[in-house]
Amino acid sequence: MSDLDIPAARASVFAGLRLTKTAIVAGSILLLWVFLAFFGPTLAPHGEAEIISTKTFAPIGEGGLLGTDKLGRDVFSRLLYGVRTTLVLALITTIIAFAAGVTLGFAAAILRGWFDIVVSRIVEAFMAFPSTLLALVVIGALGTSIPVLVCTVGLVLSTGVFRVSRALGMDIGVMDFVDAARARGEGAWWILSREVLPNAMAPLIAEFGLRFTFSILFLSGLSFLGLGVQEPAADWGLMVQENIGGLFLGSSAALIPAGCIASLTICMNLLVDWFQQRQQGETVLEKIDQ
Amino acid sequence: MTDTILSITDLDVRGRPPGGTYVPIVTGVSLSVKKGEVLALIGESGSGKSTISLAAMGFARPGCRIFGGQVVLNGRDIMTLAPPERHSLRGREVAYVAQSAAASFNPAIRIGKQVTEAPLWHGTADAATAANTAFELYQKLDLPDPEHIGSRFPHQVSGGQLQRLMAAMAMSCGPDLLILDEPTTALDVTTQIEVLKAFKSIIREQGTAAIYVTHDLSVVAQMADRILVLKDGAVVEAGETDQIIHAPQHAYTKTLMDAVTPKVRPVQAEPKKPEIVLSARNITAGYGATTILRNVSVDVPKGTVVGVIGESGCGKSTLARVIAGLTPTREGETQIEGKTVAPSVGARDKATLRDCQIVFQMADTALNPRMRIRDLLGRPLRFYHSLKGRAQVDRVAELLTLVDLPPEFASRYPGELSGGQKQRVNLARALAADPKVILCDEVTSALDTVVAAGVIALLNDLKDRLGVSFMFISHDLSTVSSFADDVVVLYAGRVMEKGPAAAVFQPPFHPYTKLLLASVPEMRQGWLEGVAQTDEARAASASGVELTAKGCPFANRCIHAMRDLCETTTPPDLVFPDGLTIACHLAPDALPT
Amino acid sequence: MVKLIINRLLQGLLTLFLASLIIFGATEILPGDVAEAVLGQNRTEEALATLREQMGLNRPAVQRYGEWLGGMLQGDLGTSLATKRPVADMIESRMWNTLRLALLAAAFSIPVALGLGLWAAMRAGGALDKSLAMGTLALIAVPEFFIGLILMKIFAVELGWLSSSANTRSYYSFWQNAQALTLPVLTLGFAVLAHMMRMTRASVINIFSSAYMEMAALKGLPKWRLVLRHALPNALSPILTVIALNLSYMVSGVIIVETIFGVPGLTRLLIDGVTLRDIPLIQACAMIFGTVYIVLNLTADILSIMSNPRLRYPK
Repeated sequence: MSDLDIPAARASVFAGLRLTKTAIVAGSILLLWVFLAFFGPTLAPHGEAEIISTKTFAPIGEGGLLGTDKLGRDVFSRLLYGVRTTLVLALITTIIAFAAGVTLGFAAAILRGWFDIVVSRIVEAFMAFPSTLLALVVIGALGTSIPVLVCTVGLVLSTGVFRVSRALGMDIGVMDFVDAARARGEGAWWILSREVLPNAMAPLIAEFGLRFTFSILFLSGLSFLGLGVQEPAADWGLMVQENIGGLFLGSSAALIPAGCIASLTICMNLLVDWFQQRQQGETVLEKIDQ
Repeated sequence: MTDTILSITDLDVRGRPPGGTYVPIVTGVSLSVKKGEVLALIGESGSGKSTISLAAMGFARPGCRIFGGQVVLNGRDIMTLAPPERHSLRGREVAYVAQSAAASFNPAIRIGKQVTEAPLWHGTADAATAANTAFELYQKLDLPDPEHIGSRFPHQVSGGQLQRLMAAMAMSCGPDLLILDEPTTALDVTTQIEVLKAFKSIIREQGTAAIYVTHDLSVVAQMADRILVLKDGAVVEAGETDQIIHAPQHAYTKTLMDAVTPKVRPVQAEPKKPEIVLSARNITAGYGATTILRNVSVDVPKGTVVGVIGESGCGKSTLARVIAGLTPTREGETQIEGKTVAPSVGARDKATLRDCQIVFQMADTALNPRMRIRDLLGRPLRFYHSLKGRAQVDRVAELLTLVDLPPEFASRYPGELSGGQKQRVNLARALAADPKVILCDEVTSALDTVVAAGVIALLNDLKDRLGVSFMFISHDLSTVSSFADDVVVLYAGRVMEKGPAAAVFQPPFHPYTKLLLASVPEMRQGWLEGVAQTDEARAASASGVELTAKGCPFANRCIHAMRDLCETTTPPDLVFPDGLTIACHLAPDALPT
Repeated sequence: MVKLIINRLLQGLLTLFLASLIIFGATEILPGDVAEAVLGQNRTEEALATLREQMGLNRPAVQRYGEWLGGMLQGDLGTSLATKRPVADMIESRMWNTLRLALLAAAFSIPVALGLGLWAAMRAGGALDKSLAMGTLALIAVPEFFIGLILMKIFAVELGWLSSSANTRSYYSFWQNAQALTLPVLTLGFAVLAHMMRMTRASVINIFSSAYMEMAALKGLPKWRLVLRHALPNALSPILTVIALNLSYMVSGVIIVETIFGVPGLTRLLIDGVTLRDIPLIQACAMIFGTVYIVLNLTADILSIMSNPRLRYPK
């Protein structure tokens, strides 16, 4: 469509993005959570494990601001303590996943040959196991310590990141400017870091956001199965699991942290969508109606 | 008036990127087409010609919208109709032929079904009649095996045939107006003729009105009765074909015509044979199991331009990649200034890499979009000459000036430059290394005619000023003939003919060269009718390009082919006194003239 | 095309082989070994040594791997350390429950997801499309167990229409069994449905931007014909990939759903096996899960190859 001369994309990853209402709202909510990750514990009226009332599963308003949980602890305070745990764990696991996945993925894309075949097959074999299963076995065997948790989840996430970066690396790798660099005599390291990576930043950032949400969901799922963060820590996933009993008694102690998880993941998804400027262009079907 | 099929008045079309605002694409354009008349819309990219042609169907591509204007088709303003009514006219009263038949046929449905789909849907024919009409159309369009071609899938049929099948699909309802949107741009020159001839005859026969969109002026001369010249979404000049071609009025039209007119080369006195700076010897190379190049030898003397011409699939890009070391050779070697160089880029030393630089076709993808121009040019300066800091900045400015770009461009990103400007930066990057020879791989093929002419002028200038040699690879004969000193003709991976340009473009010819030269449309009406009738053209269009392991690859399309000889034995090189070499089994005095 | 299929089959076998290596290797590196797990607290050095001798743990790993693999291929899945019964017996009854759950969830979610995804693509940009987008976003953003809990709260606790435990008995009536299974099936299905719908929509819209779609539109064909006759045949391949990808989500999700609703399936077995260090059980379960996933992917890839006309009808 040469006639529609869309202004060429600027080089900065963030250039050309227009702030939309959705982006502002989603971004603000995320920023709020990040803020609370730092200052939550200071702002919490009660301690993380402090039992404030003998009435367990008190509804909202009674006992604490948002009620009490199964042991009579203040839900609101635990929520604030939990932001930090949830966000930090998710962040670390995503970073691990990216460090491993992107390096291997790009290397496989650029070096090709035996390296690519071997690594791809191994990753595929790892992906053959449902993530939960893998975590089950590893954590069940090695124990539920934080390092084990973080490494396992990081490993599971990295397989997806590997696939995406390999595909990206290959797409970019066949561009002429990479050939131009090769023809100049540049080595693999230069090509990967100066030619491929800068052009992969935008999709990788988006992928980071998505993996982050997946990490949160996965971690909370593991907590639900008893394999994640252990009591009495205030992790959102754990809070949902331990307060399930309250569901049947009319307490929302399980719903609130679940709602917070949802808000985090929904906002991140919306932000990633906005970042990728996935405003839907028209399809040819719509043009028929005009 | 009653035989005016289409009349567009004051067309206003705007477009916007997703989430952006509308910008004008076409403004205040008016035109009319009579029954049986062919109106050509010519212009460079961004002129709005495609948009206007689609507006004749009341259609705008996703992202675009027709904001105003009347489109009167067969007496009715279709813009005032309700969308469903307007939609029912498409395919029936007005039909569209797209640029790429390969992309426009549904790969999952058989051809015949797609050809008869429109008449069956619109109810203009029943199954039997539709099939019959299709068959007749195949015959009229000179398609091979008209009985069975409809039962094939698009990928089983060649490009030229597919384009004609698309014409059959468009004509299947017997429309009053046919829109042809750059229908032969994607085809080789030798395939183009048969397609143009087929289009022209069917339009004439059915008396259909047609709008022909193209940027190729010589094709326009063959096909159109009237021409509309467009620039930036507005009409610049309109008139009869003859007048526009031979007596253009508007400055822009004159520039266009000028860019296409072949320039006469000054005849040079026979110079002393300069030394050879690049020599590709007996190169045989390919990818995987396929061998693309066989025994190709090309010499580039110092300070000259060697043009390598050939059509798609002849291996010219592979040749460039092999010389640059990006693709390994199976046999043969490359020599720079007499010294053999390593076949792959990884094994070459910096001095060798510096001496031979390559410039790619698509400037968009040849420049890293995330690097500023000063870094794009700075890197080779640093890599080859260890230039840093002030020295580098100065040299970057020098390079930009060398390619006629303002030094301020150094701080820009490629995305802020136009196609032609990007290609100049591409060249500057190659020059940054101070090379002895630059391989230009179809560097002007993706550019508009006027812009391309500018780049060619620049190359000439650089050759004279710096003494750099060029290997200029292209499929465009006219460009090559206007500025190459020596020419190499490639076909199916083999050298058919080579020598000084003057000698190659004059008789005697290799049969393929003759065909090639005959296929380039001339800027005069009536050329098409003359050329398509010859035996050579017929023989050539009877089969497709074949890569052969032995014998002459052109044998299956050559009227001079001698059975059992041309197919089995590699032709000898016939050498002529003026430096011309032709690879053919024919005796020197039997060669085509 | 046949060559491609065979190639893909071989690759699948290779992956299967690698997976088995991973499983065996993973259980090898677990701290402590089978003998310790069996003897538990009462282990003395001699008892350990004798048991190791008996169980053949002193033989090289490669040999044990070979025997394990060989046994697997013949249907012998080993003997459970905890119950001393053949693993195959233990798995058999459970496997059916898990399989039934997964199949029902797939049968429910796949047609709905495809249909909705197609519909949303057809009406891209419209009100339906936008509300579906929001709805599915909410579904994929929420942890799966949460969906299960909400459903349980609403339908089992508040309304009492359905049971919160998925116990089925052969002597229950069809309706009682259906009642028990509905919530788990819905939970598993919803989680996957959202992903599948979004991906289907994206794949189909991607096809809409092809040149042949525009060409078909310019022939005056109506929208329904464009979608069903022109887009769909080309969408088969990407849709199959989407389904395969999501079925693997499902295999993962089964674990959570079985836990919430107490479905007597493989998950319980697996969790118990991990807790008790019942190595043969873990290995067998892991192998089954892995095989199912690999076979699913393989099928999707092969169907994808077969649906490509360029490969079915070469030049």
